Formats: sequence, C-alpha cells, structure tokens
Amino acid sequence: TIQPNQFTLLGTALFRRRKRSSNFSVRCCGSQTATTHEAKQTSQRVAPKNHGSNKLDEILRDYEAVIGIETHVQLSTFTKAFCNCPNNYGSHPNTSICPVCMGLPGALPVLNSKVVEFGARLGLALNCDLSLKSKFDRKQYFYPDLPKGYQISQFDIPIASGGYVDVDIPLEFGGGHRRFGITRVHMEEDAGKLLHSDTGDYSQVDLNRAGVPLLEIVSEPDMRSGIEAAEYASEMQRIVRYLGVSNGNMQEGSLRCDVNISIRPIGQAEFGTKVEIKNLNAFSAMSRAIDYEITRQALLYNQGQADQIVTETRLWEEGAQKSVTMRKKEGLADYRYFPEPDLPEVILTQEYVDSIRASLPELPEAKRRRYEAMGLGMQDVLFLANDVSVAEFFDAVIAKGAEVKLAANWIMSDIAAYLKNEELSINDVKLTPQELAELIAAIKAGTISGKIGKQILFELLAKGGTVQGLIKAKDLVQAINGEVF
Amino acid sequence: MLSTLHPPRSLTLLPLRRFHGPKTIVSAASTSPATTTFDAASVSPPQSQILNTRRSLLSGETTASELAKSHLSRIRLTEPQLKCFLHVSENVLKGAQEIDQRIARGEELGPLAGVLIGVKDNICTEGMPSTAASRILEHYRPPFDATAVKKIKELGGIVVGKTNMDEFGMGSTTEASAFQVTANPWDLTRVPGGSSGGSAAAVAARQCMVSLGSDTGGSVRQPASFCGVVGLKPTYGRVSRFGLMAYASSLDVIGCFGSTVADAGMLLHAISGYDKFDSTSSKQDVPEFESQFLSVDSLESKPLKGVKVGVIRETIEEGVDSGVRSATQEAASHLEALGCVVTEVSLPSFSLGLPAYYVIASSESSSNLSRYDGVRYGNQVMADELNKLYECSRGEGFGKEVKMRILMGTYALSAGYYDAYYKRAQQVRTLIRKDFKAALDQNDILISPAAPSAAYKIGEKKDDPLAMYAGDIMTVNVNLAGLPAIVLPCGLVEGGPSGLPVGLQMIGAAFDEEKLLKVGHIFEQTLKGLSFVPPLLANVA
Repeated sequence: TIQPNQFTLLGTALFRRRKRSSNFSVRCCGSQTATTHEAKQTSQRVAPKNHGSNKLDEILRDYEAVIGIETHVQLSTFTKAFCNCPNNYGSHPNTSICPVCMGLPGALPVLNSKVVEFGARLGLALNCDLSLKSKFDRKQYFYPDLPKGYQISQFDIPIASGGYVDVDIPLEFGGGHRRFGITRVHMEEDAGKLLHSDTGDYSQVDLNRAGVPLLEIVSEPDMRSGIEAAEYASEMQRIVRYLGVSNGNMQEGSLRCDVNISIRPIGQAEFGTKVEIKNLNAFSAMSRAIDYEITRQALLYNQGQADQIVTETRLWEEGAQKSVTMRKKEGLADYRYFPEPDLPEVILTQEYVDSIRASLPELPEAKRRRYEAMGLGMQDVLFLANDVSVAEFFDAVIAKGAEVKLAANWIMSDIAAYLKNEELSINDVKLTPQELAELIAAIKAGTISGKIGKQILFELLAKGGTVQGLIKAKDLVQAINGEVF
Repeated sequence: MLSTLHPPRSLTLLPLRRFHGPKTIVSAASTSPATTTFDAASVSPPQSQILNTRRSLLSGETTASELAKSHLSRIRLTEPQLKCFLHVSENVLKGAQEIDQRIARGEELGPLAGVLIGVKDNICTEGMPSTAASRILEHYRPPFDATAVKKIKELGGIVVGKTNMDEFGMGSTTEASAFQVTANPWDLTRVPGGSSGGSAAAVAARQCMVSLGSDTGGSVRQPASFCGVVGLKPTYGRVSRFGLMAYASSLDVIGCFGSTVADAGMLLHAISGYDKFDSTSSKQDVPEFESQFLSVDSLESKPLKGVKVGVIRETIEEGVDSGVRSATQEAASHLEALGCVVTEVSLPSFSLGLPAYYVIASSESSSNLSRYDGVRYGNQVMADELNKLYECSRGEGFGKEVKMRILMGTYALSAGYYDAYYKRAQQVRTLIRKDFKAALDQNDILISPAAPSAAYKIGEKKDDPLAMYAGDIMTVNVNLAGLPAIVLPCGLVEGGPSGLPVGLQMIGAAFDEEKLLKVGHIFEQTLKGLSFVPPLLANVA
C-alpha cells in the first residue's frame, strides 16, 4: 500500500558516487566492500604479528599502543526496535518495511521491550551497573540510509555503564588473563543500506535493516595489541551468543567492530592522536589491521613525522592487507543530540533487574574457570568454552558420568574434525551426549577398542542410534581375555 | 488543488437556516467601547450540529446525502473567496449515501454518523493528499489514516477535505501555506489566524460541521478566537499523535473545532484515548462528556455556583488590545453571574514562556523535519551528488518560515549552545508547569484572552515575525505545561464589516477537559445577545 517514488527499489536514483569521500562528511556504510573469505569466523585464533624485521621490532619496542573498541551488536529480536516489521536478515530489498521504519510523515516509534531486556542482559553480563532510569536521544545527521534524518540512540544516560570483561589470551600468543573495562552499553537502531550501481552512477536504498535493534558496547582504551583487541571482540561474540541476544555473525554484520588506535612513547601519559579503523569483518582481520596501524604510526613517529598521524577513519582492505584513508575528520561532528520526545523514559525496577540477573546463563568466563578447575589445560578450556553449543554438549557428557579429559579429547579431535568437514554445528549431529558418555565408558571398560570406538562414533554422528545397539548389530565386541561376550 | 470545486453558479443553494438558528446577523455598534453590545435579544443559544445531525437523521427529517450536498454546495460557493480547503474529498457523497443506506436498513449508527468533518492537512488521511501545506509534500498521499481520522471514520464521520494551514503548523496566520491564503469569514481582508486557519474558517463559514486542527503553541485556539468558533486543545497525550506530521513532538496535540462547545467536546470524545502506536498517548480514562451538554432550560439560576475561576493577571495587562481586555473582563463578570468565584491570579513565569516555546519548538522541528530529504517521498530535485540533492530538495520544498525555524532550532541544539538555549528552555518549562500547578490548585479553571487582539489584516505581520510570534503569548504556556484549554467566542470588537469575534481561553488541570466543557457550555449557552455567525454567510444568504 505504500507508494514511494517510481524507482525499482524504494528510494531514488540518488547521486553520483564520485567525490564520495570528500563530500560526505557524515558517515559511511562500513559494509560496502565486504571481504568474505574467512571460513569460520568463530575461530578464536588470530594470526601472529607480522613482524617485518628486527629493526621494526626495535622501533615498536619504544611505543605503546592504546586501543579502544566500539562494538555494534544486532539483536535477534523477532521484530525491529520501534515497529512491528520482522527483523529478517537477507530479505528482498524493502520488503520488511513500514511507515515507521521508512520515516513516513506522522509515524511514531514504539519501543520493543525485548530490546530493553537484551540490553539489560548484556549489561549485566558485562558486569555493568544498569541505569534504572535511562532515556532515548536523537542523533542527527543526514544520509540516505537514515530515513528520519536522525538515529534513535542513547546519549548521556546509557542503559548500562562501568563494567568489564575478562579474557584468556591463547598460549600461542603468550597466554595470560586480561581484564578490559567496558565504558557503556547503549540501545539504538540500525540504519538501512545503500546499494551502489555497478557503474557508480546512482545508488539505491534498502531499508530492511533500518530500525533493527542494536546494542553498542564501548570499551575503555585498555587493549594494547591486535591480539588483545581480537580476543576482546571474540569474547563479545561469545557473550552475545551465550546470552542468545544476537547471532554475533560478523559476515552478516550482526557484530561490527570499529577500532580506535593511538600510540605513545613508552612512559608518556597523554594519549596520541586517535585513528579509527572500520570494515573489520573477522577477528583475524582486526588483529592484522591493528598491528598494521601500530606499525604505520610507529614508523611515522620514528621518522619524525608524528604530525602526519591525523584524526581520521581508515578502511581495512583485506585483499591488500592494508588500510587506506576513508575520511579525515575536520573537528568533531556535531550530532545535536537531544532527548527523543516521542518515547517515554526507560524505567527498570529492581525486581526486573534481579529477575534478569537470575536468568543469566553461565557465561564464558565462568565456564572457563570451571573447566580449568576440572583440571583441563588452557587449550582445552578455550576450545570447549568458545562455542556455547559445544560447551553445553561437553557439560552434558560430563553430567552423564564421562571422564573429563576423555570427553574433552573426543570432542576436540574426532568430533570437531567431523563437524569441520561436514560444515555442521554440534547441534546438527545425531550423536547425543548420553551416547558419547556410553562410548567413552565402553572403551574405558575395554568392551570395545579405541579404533572400534571411532567407527561407532562416526555412525552415531551421521545416523544416530545407541552404542549398545551398534555393538550388537555389528558384532563389534572386543575379545577380552579370550572370552567372547 | 481544489480540482473538484467549481466557481459559484447560484447563490440560492445555501440552506443556512438548517444549520444555524439565527438568521439575524448582528452588526457591530459604531461607537466605542470596543466591546459592543447588540440589540439582538432574540438570538437563541447556538445548537450542536452533531446532536442536530443525529436527531434529524434518526427522525428522517433529512438525509446524510442532503446534508452532504448542501455543505458541498456551500463549499463551492464560498471557497473561491475563503480558500479554506487544499483538497475536497471526492467521496463525501458516497460516504453520506452509505450512512443513508445504513439508516434504511435500520442499522446502528455511530455517534458521528453523517457528520461532515474538515481535517487539517498535516493529519494523515489514507489515499487523500496530506501535505502540511508544504511544497515538499506536494501530491503526497499517505498509506494510512491518522489514529484520530481512523476513529472518526469508524464512528460514521465523513472527511470533507483537507484544510489549509501554515506550512507544518509554523505560523499564526495561515499565510505561510505554500499554496494559498485563507480569508477570515468575518472580513475577507483579514487572516483567519493559524496555524489551523483553514479548519477554523471552514467551521465558521459552515463549510463543514466540525474540524480537526493541531495545536503546538496555540494553533487551534488562536484561529478559533479570530474566526469566532470554539477551539479545544486537549491535554498532551489525550489524543494519539499517530498520523499527525510532527512539528514539535513534546508540544503537538490534535485539537477540535466546532461552532459549539458541545460539538468540540463530542469530537474530542471520538478521537481520544490510548493508542499503542503513540507511546506518549495516555491511558487515562476518557469520560463521557455528552452529559455535560444540558439544554439551557434545565439549568438553575447559578449553574456554576462555587466554581473557582482565576483570571491570569499577566494576560490582561499592557500589550493587550483594550477591546480584548474588556471582552475578557465582561466574560469574567458573566462567569460571576453564573455563580463562579472569580479572582485574579498571577503566573510569575508567564512572560518567560514565549522565548522558551520558540526555542523548544524550533529545536524539535529542526529534527522532525529532517525526514523531508527528498529521498523516499515528496519533492525531490535530481542532483549530481548527495548534498546537492538535499540542498535543492529542501531548499525548494520548504518555505521561508519553516527554513527560519529549522535554522533557529539547529542553532539552539548545536554543541556549545545546547545548555544556553534548549536546556534552559526546558528549565523554564518546569517553572511554568509549577506555576500553573499552583494556580490550578487554588482554582478550578484559569481564564485569559485567547490572543492579544482580534484578527488582523492579511499581510500586516507578514514581514515582522517577532510581532507575529508575540501574538502567541496567551497560548504557548499551556502547551509547555501540557494542559487542556478551550477557546470560545465571548464578544465582538470593532473591525470588519460587522465586528470581529474575540475568544476567551479557559485552562484546566491535566485531563480535566470535562470541567472546561461544562463551564464552557454553560457560558456559551447563557451568553445572551451575541451570535457568532460571520456576516459573509448572512450576506451570501
């Protein structure tokens, strides 16, 4: 029933793209040059530093990097933040829109209460204080993917603030435990997407994403290396997945990280000039992009050209493995924030907060500490706790009485390999925790050999069934002490 | 615009009598005092057009089609001079015929069945042009009805058309419409007030029975005063704003015009109530107002005995026309005669309201009007690059007054100025709320003039925005406090061919529209010797 202008997609032949970076001072959509070559972005491993030479190492030794991250998490609510449109990724352009998220005259936002719930959940999971009274504000700028000319966001009173997150650095990167501060978590809405024509003559607007709820997580500038930053981001992904508030998928843009980096000579208290990097579509890219930027800045410092480090936004180019200037900021953008008059304040009661807190699942950090206490090595701990489904599977196998180390080994080796080959998640396979526990018990008891166990395992993974059933059906019982059962 | 209208062919089509009792049109006394007295003692109290319609439809005295036809022909006759409508619906007769069929089938009728309603052009009507009188929305037809319009339709009301206004509600004269200037039915050389000037003038000229307006700083009440009709601004949140094109979201309310208090009240009842599509709409109960609209015969001698009325001192001081001042004082005396206890009350923050209002309203409007960027709908100027597209679409689409307010609001919200302007204005707002609260704790209602003067000449203040803004001094504070207020004609002052109407503003406590309607109705029904049918109609008839 909506009658927009007569263009193929909603919106209009907008403008030519030439002079893009210099003319559009407001904002750029970070996803336009998506690089999608990461096989599994779930991998928590990041590439080691690409140290060019010993000389570079020496230069780098004199500087300290200061890194802060802004993470946007798209929430997996059924409907958008302020209207009843379905929140579906990948729909045909402009099919999931209504007068509200199109910004038609007279349309008003109505807050989806799930957004508040998810905000509170994430806030508590990040050890933040929740604001019992927060509000929405309008952040104003013009861009064709922003239908109302302002983004509904939270400015001075975010729903959560003052938290922290704990991460374990993998052993191959030096290991160790780190705590990074969380400045704030706030609720806001996503913008639409621009689709640029191949010729660059015009652009079209897809508003399916406009009004999709986001949580923005702002970290303290506590990270010091690409590895730390990537670990921080990867922990964010784990946490939102553990909480079930987002699928945390970086390729789809459900988890987006903008990184701010400055460096300073060791011992200096003041921060250096901050550079922002966008278009980081994988943790490995994040790590490499940061190390690239640190090196770039350190070399400029070292060559006496520190004045060439300017406040700017750089775009990471995965193909070229380097970053390029996207736009230089002339002073601070003025978003003219003011309280959103169309929405009432967000009031949380203490009971509500308590009930959210009580409903939180065991979070990755708690899981890791528990697994560690169970006697598992850090490599096992990190692997098992990385994916909430794997962790739940492991916990269920243990609950069925399987030995901890054996269960971990099976999951990390044969099962993991199978999942990788078949491109499946652990929830997709027919094997139940009960049967894995049985299998481990049968091998331990000597009923079957390890080799036979593997055969059975693959049967169970692919077709299901029970360990006992398969042993009988295939007559696989191992002769023990000459006796045949 | 107005494609459905034709030039007047005949002057005999005006069945004026059916819609309004008195044929006698009073003439202003030629001598001062400005508040004139009239010798038309035979003038009977005005009658509710909604109740009359219901009665005559049910009794078979007339049909909805006849009513629609007579109003359409009156529109045809008067519209070339008045220009109240930007669009007249093609479906009025069809809607009326449906009502008649329902009557014929003996089906139940909604309380607004057959009632002909004008709708301000900034209120969305599905499939019907809705432009807020702006070029930037020229030819725009919304895909949905505003909640208020939806409710009206559900209750049997018929939308006659879209009324002219100052572009996006920004103005006090309706001269800021991008399309046409509406004339005041009392004197065609004068403005009808604004921004809901089309809605007020259309009711005054009996082109429709009642109409919807919107009131951000007085846009219902001031034109009601200028046109001699009743204008009701409900409590903020009483009526859903869904479908009202936002000017200043924290101040905007949809309001009602009628030729009687009862009509305005019954229209308000129809559109009130919580709406899940507007988070700022209130869940407060909407009382049945109709029982307040008793016939004048059933009233006792002191029907308002004990009602405490406070005259706002700051509104009857200097800067207010003497005619308006004495009309207000006479209205106060009339209330006293009805049994009210009338005292003077002071609102110390009163004079702060106007600057605070213009800061807040401009700030919010600068944001609310950002969506008109030429990208998705409305006026688009093709351009080679993005900023040019914005610049040209908005530059050509918005009028002068709108641009000025966007600039003021953008400035007030800018970093470094926010605290000095927007934040301070919000502090003033709190102060004004407190002062009203204190005054309304002591009084049942507060009264003041609706505007410092009667309708002025077209063009008179066009190039003096500050003088025009100053005219809003009586009304803006009520929006800042979110309170309900009603304006009803209380006297005539010299001017025009036969005098100009002056409105009295009554302000009540939040969500107590009922009291305003009760006092207003009794005031109206007992105001002897005055009729507020504009002379234009009488001349045409």
